Amino acid sequence: MIGRYAVRFASLGYLAVLLVAPVGYVFWKTFQHGFGPAWDAVTTPDAVHALKVTLILTAIAVPANTIFGVLSALAIVRHRFPGAGIFNAVVDLPLALSPVVVGLALLLLYGRGGWLGGHGIAFALPGMVLATIFVSLPFVVREVVPVLREIGTEQEQAAATLGASWLQTFRRVTWPAIRWATAYGVVLTTARALGEFGAVSVISGRLTGETESMTLYVQDRYRSFDDVGAYASSVLLALLAVLTLIVMTRLRPKEETQ
Amino acid sequence: MIEARAIVKRFGDFTALDGVSVDVPTGSLTALLGPSGSGKSTLLRVIAGLERPDAGTVVLDGEDVTRRPPQSRGVGFVFQHYAAFKHMTVWSNVAFGLTIRRRPRAEIKQRVGELLELVQLSGLAKRYPAQLSGGQRQRMGLARALAVDPKVLLLDEPFGALDARVRKELRLWLRRLHDETHTTTVIVTHDQEEAMEVADRVVVMNAGQIEQTAPPRELYDSPANEFVMSFVGPVNQVGDAYIRPHDVELLLEPNGSTQEAMVQRLVHLGFEVRVDLVRDDGQTLSAQLTREQVEALELQHGQIVYVRPTRQTVFAD
Repeated sequence: MIGRYAVRFASLGYLAVLLVAPVGYVFWKTFQHGFGPAWDAVTTPDAVHALKVTLILTAIAVPANTIFGVLSALAIVRHRFPGAGIFNAVVDLPLALSPVVVGLALLLLYGRGGWLGGHGIAFALPGMVLATIFVSLPFVVREVVPVLREIGTEQEQAAATLGASWLQTFRRVTWPAIRWATAYGVVLTTARALGEFGAVSVISGRLTGETESMTLYVQDRYRSFDDVGAYASSVLLALLAVLTLIVMTRLRPKEETQ
Repeated sequence: MIEARAIVKRFGDFTALDGVSVDVPTGSLTALLGPSGSGKSTLLRVIAGLERPDAGTVVLDGEDVTRRPPQSRGVGFVFQHYAAFKHMTVWSNVAFGLTIRRRPRAEIKQRVGELLELVQLSGLAKRYPAQLSGGQRQRMGLARALAVDPKVLLLDEPFGALDARVRKELRLWLRRLHDETHTTTVIVTHDQEEAMEVADRVVVMNAGQIEQTAPPRELYDSPANEFVMSFVGPVNQVGDAYIRPHDVELLLEPNGSTQEAMVQRLVHLGFEVRVDLVRDDGQTLSAQLTREQVEALELQHGQIVYVRPTRQTVFAD
């Protein structure tokens, strides 16, 4: 009895101290002087531009990594090819590598004097897109691979004996089985893309009103002693993440829960 | 007619099929019988196109289909673990092959209706596979395979995952179904009783090769070798001779051709009683008697009896 309460208290306490308190504090600080100042802070031209940049980055990185993720998962699980083991390990690289290192690597490659330098990639939106794709790449793959392993190949073989082509089998049998894993991967990818700071910070050059994403804008405001601006932008980022989660839960039909 | 010619299939170092040739006549129900690892499932999967042989050819109704994918072979396949499409209703599962072929809606409706009737699942059309019992799922699997009018129906241990009672029911039901439809059928099983009961011809496989092909009765009465003899039924080995337990006679008095033995154990199996014996020379053997015979002899544990084989088989090497 006491043991059970101890476990509950410890886990909830952990969450409260480490997650809820800081985020709650930011919310409280943002709306300390009412809704007006916060609204003003996130509707300045620079803030709107930063939000736009973040949305563009996410809108490119998420579909790209979703398609790549599903195809890679299929390749890893269904097709034995030479180097599959290495490929499987490399997919996790973005999780292990510090984003700053990723940004630096991209800068060396695409920056002035780099192998692929001088194509307007570094210090511009294309470089930021590359960085965002890089850091948010593993999530869909990691969600889909175990589900593919679990469902096995029998349903696909059954579809084949019934005359279904590869594409028909994927559309009617494989995809319905992995779509919720994919959706969850998309949520994680979106959250990661929205929140990316390190890699984008290095490759973007941080030109306010040009190559500044929302996370960079938050730090910029904070450094300029504009606390309300920093807090309000943070809250906006947090709300975007929560919104993604809600949309995905809403999309999930009843049939899947049985 | 299915003709498999000199099929070889290896998985790494393991040779699953070592030059297997088998003919399955049109309209027959043939069983591939063997222990696990004998290659029977692999042979079935090669016929279906789910496995590509390293050598040999597969001919279906006179056409060489060895290089063809499963999609264009016109086979129906039933899996041991059902392979039900989990996110589809029973109706959609059965309709799958027809939907893929873009048949008119009215035709699909009629055909699926007939098939569900045939497999006695009409009332469960809107259920999902997770809401069905194992036996119902397998009947659905069978209806799904039959929907596309396959030239041959291939069943891979179809009742292997079911409990004994459902298994017996489904086996009889499959036999009746075959008597109605006459679809050329191959069933893989490791259960000799199932093979004998359901099939007109039994192909006994062992270690990637065929040991014997014969009708059930012939298989039991004149097995080609020791392996078949011991695989299709219980057997006593006494020296070079093989004796079925029902061919062991028990007497209370010696008559010159008998040997002394002691009753070690009496196992009552309903109508039949298995008597485990140990002969005075240490040889153990079991006899199969009816309950009346056991009562007439008043057999007891530890009793001394006199045994002789009424029939025995010796294989020449």
